[in-house]
Order: sequence, then structure tokens, then C-alpha cells
Amino acid sequence: MKYLCLICADPSAMMEFMSPADSEKHFNEYRQFTETIRKNGQYLACNRLLPPASAITVRVRNGNVSTTDGPFAETKEQLGGYYLIEARDQDDAIRIGSGIPGARFGCVEIRPVAEDIETLEALGLAAAQS
Amino acid sequence: MIEKTAQNWGEIIDAVYRTESRRVLATLIRLLGDFDIAEEALHDAFRAALEQWPRDGVPDNPRAWLVSAGRFKAIDAIRRNARFDALDDVPEQTDPSTEDGIALDTENVEDDQLRLIFTCCHPALAPDAQVALTLREICGLTTEEIAHAFLIAPTTIAQRIVRAKAKIRDARIPYQVPSRAELPDRLDSVLRVIYLVFNEGYSASAGTSLTRHDLSAEAIRLGRLLMELLPEPEVIGLLALMLLHESRRAARTSPAGEVILLDDQDRSRWNRDQISEGTALVERALSSGLAGPYSIQAAISAVHANARQAAETDWTEIVGLYDVLMRTDPSPVIELNRAVAVAMRDGPSAGIVLIDAILDRGDLADYRLAHAARAELCRRLGRNADARASFQQALGLTRQETERRFIERRLAELPK
Repeated sequence: MKYLCLICADPSAMMEFMSPADSEKHFNEYRQFTETIRKNGQYLACNRLLPPASAITVRVRNGNVSTTDGPFAETKEQLGGYYLIEARDQDDAIRIGSGIPGARFGCVEIRPVAEDIETLEALGLAAAQS
Repeated sequence: MIEKTAQNWGEIIDAVYRTESRRVLATLIRLLGDFDIAEEALHDAFRAALEQWPRDGVPDNPRAWLVSAGRFKAIDAIRRNARFDALDDVPEQTDPSTEDGIALDTENVEDDQLRLIFTCCHPALAPDAQVALTLREICGLTTEEIAHAFLIAPTTIAQRIVRAKAKIRDARIPYQVPSRAELPDRLDSVLRVIYLVFNEGYSASAGTSLTRHDLSAEAIRLGRLLMELLPEPEVIGLLALMLLHESRRAARTSPAGEVILLDDQDRSRWNRDQISEGTALVERALSSGLAGPYSIQAAISAVHANARQAAETDWTEIVGLYDVLMRTDPSPVIELNRAVAVAMRDGPSAGIVLIDAILDRGDLADYRLAHAARAELCRRLGRNADARASFQQALGLTRQETERRFIERRLAELPK
């Protein structure tokens, strides 16, 4: 089963604001973690996001596109990156997710990926499943 | 042989239901991989027993019979409904010997009960959902009974249970006993649920408390079950703590439902059996050398329980135990309790200094018992104006009827 691990943190704690030494250390931790889950066959995808200041939020209402500056929610913790992992079950996902280096600074939200047939078909993923 | 009437059979099967239904359910959930399907299967199994046992007699192993009957009926129902996709949802049998209902040895069944406990108390579920699910699935209370005990609408409880089951299914919360490495954390969550259920029943006032009292009994039953399955020091400590608190039930409220403080309780009304059982359990938990917060709190409760009169209480021992508790599980509430123990050992002024330090720091400002304790100590020193101010603050924060009356009575007793 697939789980998306959303890495959230206070934007001021994100990579861009770390000292070069700290961010190098942090990158190394991510390198190791990613290598480990790749080896364990738990890795599906991952990305780091640029800080929320770089975000733009798009809405379409009555056919009109409106854009607003910044992330959609002004919360303290913001999405900074993600891993898509393959885990046996929720406990397995918690085990893997707790290894993400960012979990020690911010938090990691773990969400199961919907894999019902309607979703898979709508997203053009059904064939890949069977 | 005595011919059994239909009524006899109803009673026999009822008795089997009471002793076996939760174990059978726990195993059916493992075999069928779904709470709802397992519950349906459980009912079908007992329905089948009602039909067949009067004809064929009670099987040698009723539990095994019920599990196989339930499993067979569930799979049959799934096939009959022609939900072919759902067939994939029935997990492949991991243990082929269960085909004959044989893999129902003690260890397996005990593991199933633990699986059920850990799943119902999984930290991915909201605390109120954990409680509702535990009472429903492990204790077998009906939704109405849970709602009544918690003074919440049955629809709310039903919704919590439905959502919790959906989350177990959707997020794939596993039906398993956590590994050794995960156990301490996961066990905490189980113990918290049990203690919460206990306190919900224990803090209930008299009068309306009859059904809520059952919650304490239910929590003690859960504690016993868990200790039987997993005799970890803190499991033993929690059971001890609940028994020692429960031993004072009869003495802690007057017939009119008024609160009676520990000092003023008629100690002859304390339940001696519960005290000796609780005390023995405390000793067992402490001797492990791994005693945690529940065991230490139980030890404190045991010191009170074993003092024949309030004046004989060993406050030095109690302060020492609070010191240990502050090291393992520090919190402002523990600090407050320690302050009260210090007041008992060294005099009210020493306690007031400690309580003021907590309040000045900004902790416990909204905690009624901090103000009530301060008021009580000021009263003993004759600082009546201070006592009045603190009682009034406590009064403004309490939401419990008996407590409100208690504080009002104390206020009225203060010299003008």
C-alpha cells in the first residue's frame, strides 16, 4: 500500500535558512535515508519543495481563474517536501516515516494513497496496477 | 440426562456468549480482516448455535465451533452477495490449520485478544474513538450503553465507531501485537484508554452515577485481562492503581452525594480486599525495577490505603514517591500533588510556597484543584481572606455539581 509522507516544518527552519554546514549535514541525512528506503524497496518518489514564499495558490470560481500569493493556509508548519513510499501497513509507514530527517525538526503527516478502482481509472493508473 | 427446554438452551448460549463472544470476535477479525464482517459473522455463529446445539448438543470446544461457524457464514455471505471483488478482501489464510478451527490454541486466542486491544487503542485513532471502540469491541458494551455512560448521544458514539473502523480499514492499521521496540509507546496508549475509562466512572458523582460506576468496573476488568495477556510492570501498576482508588468508592461520597475528602473518610468503609490485592500488585510492579508513573501513583495510593487513620499517613514516604514521579513523569499536576504532600509533612506554609511558585509561573491557572488546594492550606493557617479568594477562583472553574456544592460549603464555613 502506498503512503504519502508530507514533511512539514516552520518555514524559518527550512533548508534555505540553515547555515551551510547544517544544510550540508541535513542533505547528507536525506541522502542516507533515501538510499536506505530505496534499498528496502519502500521508495516510490520524493521531492523537496522550495519555501512557501515561492508558492502561488490557484482557484477557479465560476470559470474565472484567480491566483493568490503564498500557500493556501497560513499555518505555522508548511509543506517542505514529500516521500511517496510503499509500506505494508500503517505501522510500517510510521516506522519508515519516523526515519525522515525532517521529522526531528518539524513533523511528517502520513496519508494513505487512495487505490480504489474508480480513482485508479480516473487517474489513468488502473493498468499499471494489474 | 435432563431434557433441556428452549429456555435452558437460551440461558446456556447466553452464558457462552458472555464468556466467549469477545474472544471469538477477536479471532474472527483476524480471519476475516474486517471488523464489520467479523461482527456480522459473530452474530450468525450464535444464531447457528441456537439452531444446532439443542439438536446436536454443545460441541466439545464451543469457541472453535463458533469461530468456524462464523468464518464459514461470512465467506458464504460474501459469495452469495456475488461481490466478487470483495473476495479479494478476505485475506488468504495465513495459517491453514484454522481450516478445521484447530489453530485456536491458547496462545493464538490470547494473541488475537491483544491484537484487538492494540488495534482499538492505536495512536492513529483519536482518543475518544479509541475509548468508544475499546468499550464496544473488547468489552462488548452496546452503543447505547457507552452513550449513556458518557452522557453523549448514541448517534455521536455510533459515528465515532464507524469513523474509527473506516480509518482502520483505509489507513490499513494492522491487526497485530506491536514489536518489542514499539511496545512501550503503544502500551502507553492502551493504558491511557483504560485509565480514562476508569476515571470517567470514578469521577462521576453519586445519584446519577450508577451506570457510570460500571465504567470503572469495566476498566478494572480490562486491566485484569491485559495483565493476564501481557504482565508488564506498568500494566500491573495500573491495575493496582485502579483497585486502590476503587477501594475508597463507598467512603468518598456521603449518602446525599457530597464529596468527602480523604482525611475525613470513614476508613472502615474502604474495601479491604481491593486494598490487599492492590497493595500486592504494587509490590510486584515495583519489584520489577521498571516501575513507571502508574506503578508509582499506585504506590502512593497504597500508602494512603494502608494508614488506618489519616493521622498515621506516612507523608515522608509519599513526598519521596512524588519526587520519583517528578523525575520519571514531571508535570505541573504532579508538582501540585507533591506540594500538598509537603504541606502535610512540613506544615501548610511550606505547601503554599510551592503552589504559589507553580501559579506564579503561569501553570495550572485554570486548574480548579490548584486553587482549591491553596485555599484549603490558607484556611488551615487562618488566612481567611486568601482562602476565600482562592476558593472563589476554584468555584469559577469547576463544572461538576458535587464539587461546586463542596466548595460553596467550605466558603460558607469560613469565618467572616
